Amino acid sequence: MGDFFRVAWLVMRKDVRIESRSREVLYTTSFFAASCVLVFSFAFVRAGRPVDGAEAGIVWVALAYAGQLALGRAFERELHQDALRGLLLAPVERAAIFVGKLLGIMLLMVLVEAVVIFFVALFFSTAFFEFPLLFVALLVSGTIGFAAVGALFAAMLTRAKSRAVLLPVLLYPVTVPVLIAGVNGTLSLIQADPNLDLARFWLALVTFFDVVFLTLALWTFEPLMTE
Amino acid sequence: MSVFELDELNVKHVSRQYGRRRALARVTFQVQSGQVVGLLGPNGAGKSTLLGILATLIAPSSGNVFYGGKSSKDLGSVLRRQIGFLSHDLQIYPELTAKENLEFFANLYGEMKPDVLVAKALERARLSDRADDTVDGFSRGMRQRLALERALLHEPRLVLLDEPFTGLDDRSIDELSERLRAIGRAGRMVIFATHDLDVAEGVVDRALVLRSGRIALVQDGSSSLRTRYRAMLHESPNVGNGGNYG
Repeated sequence: MGDFFRVAWLVMRKDVRIESRSREVLYTTSFFAASCVLVFSFAFVRAGRPVDGAEAGIVWVALAYAGQLALGRAFERELHQDALRGLLLAPVERAAIFVGKLLGIMLLMVLVEAVVIFFVALFFSTAFFEFPLLFVALLVSGTIGFAAVGALFAAMLTRAKSRAVLLPVLLYPVTVPVLIAGVNGTLSLIQADPNLDLARFWLALVTFFDVVFLTLALWTFEPLMTE
Repeated sequence: MSVFELDELNVKHVSRQYGRRRALARVTFQVQSGQVVGLLGPNGAGKSTLLGILATLIAPSSGNVFYGGKSSKDLGSVLRRQIGFLSHDLQIYPELTAKENLEFFANLYGEMKPDVLVAKALERARLSDRADDTVDGFSRGMRQRLALERALLHEPRLVLLDEPFTGLDDRSIDELSERLRAIGRAGRMVIFATHDLDVAEGVVDRALVLRSGRIALVQDGSSSLRTRYRAMLHESPNVGNGGNYG
């Protein structure tokens, strides 16, 4: 088990190092997410008052689209110079490689989430952190679920010519439960009369989704990666 | 399982289809430890597909590959530890430095002294003075030398190289030729693909010529390789029987 996490750490550290040099994914996704929030702020803020509950939807929509950009690029890099084959030939559990890639994507998404939440809080005057533990748990669980499904599909599509088209086509129908649970959970935390029980229910639903899809991804990654 | 030492490769009736296109057809041959084998053939002959199958990265559509009598499914990562593979694309990260690339793979392979290994590899690649430069600034030849060291870093028993001489200058070609012969003398197996007879001659103990996915010619030693290879290329494309070659 120690070796599994050592390999995952190595892969994640390598991805973070590459991203820290190019900052390509971070800049693209952050800029996209911030623009998204800005456009929504014109649509949903009337006479200085935001439409009730719009913030929750905006946060999760911005995260989903920014996440998709990050997912596509994270695996595109492995295709450049055929580096993915070099990784797959290493005498390590291939599931550990998947976890390393997943952690790298999640780290990027968390950074983008910080940008999105900052801008939504600024434009909509929303207090996201009235219940910080629940809100952070909801965000992290949602990120895990979205990134786990996305990383699996992005890995599956590495050999598909039309992967840029296929990734969103596959990704969004499957991750809709995460996004709906994320929106409803966030909404129940930021509304005028917060409903913590409802927020916990949505959090439990996202966690269940995480367990199912993480298990499925770890189980199927190895056979999917053999041509 | 951890004491498994790869000393023989046995390829039996291996075929590979990509949709309706046949990349390999019933390829059969054996390689013993200490042999340096050249895979020759024109572009599209199936050399890279065969190397991908031997590296366990591509599954054959039919047939089997036995590594020391066992299949890759039986051996898993224990087998991958003993394979060093360089594909035509170089499998290195251009955004990382030469040193970081080698360190990453040394750590991934669980090497005990990655720093020492990496320093030696950089020296062999004549890249010690460029160790901290990112690879995207390197010439093709420098990248090729680095990628070769990456593939050989963990001293694999089975070395699979796809067009390893591409982009190398004369000095590097001589050094690599000598290195491949030394790997063979050390009792390890080398299989490399090339379409360049000039470099294959004098390096290989044995040449397998692929044509349209079939083994069209097997030549032990390289003495009359050039004559037979050229004659084979001018024959009908249907030549080759995919038979057994021990």
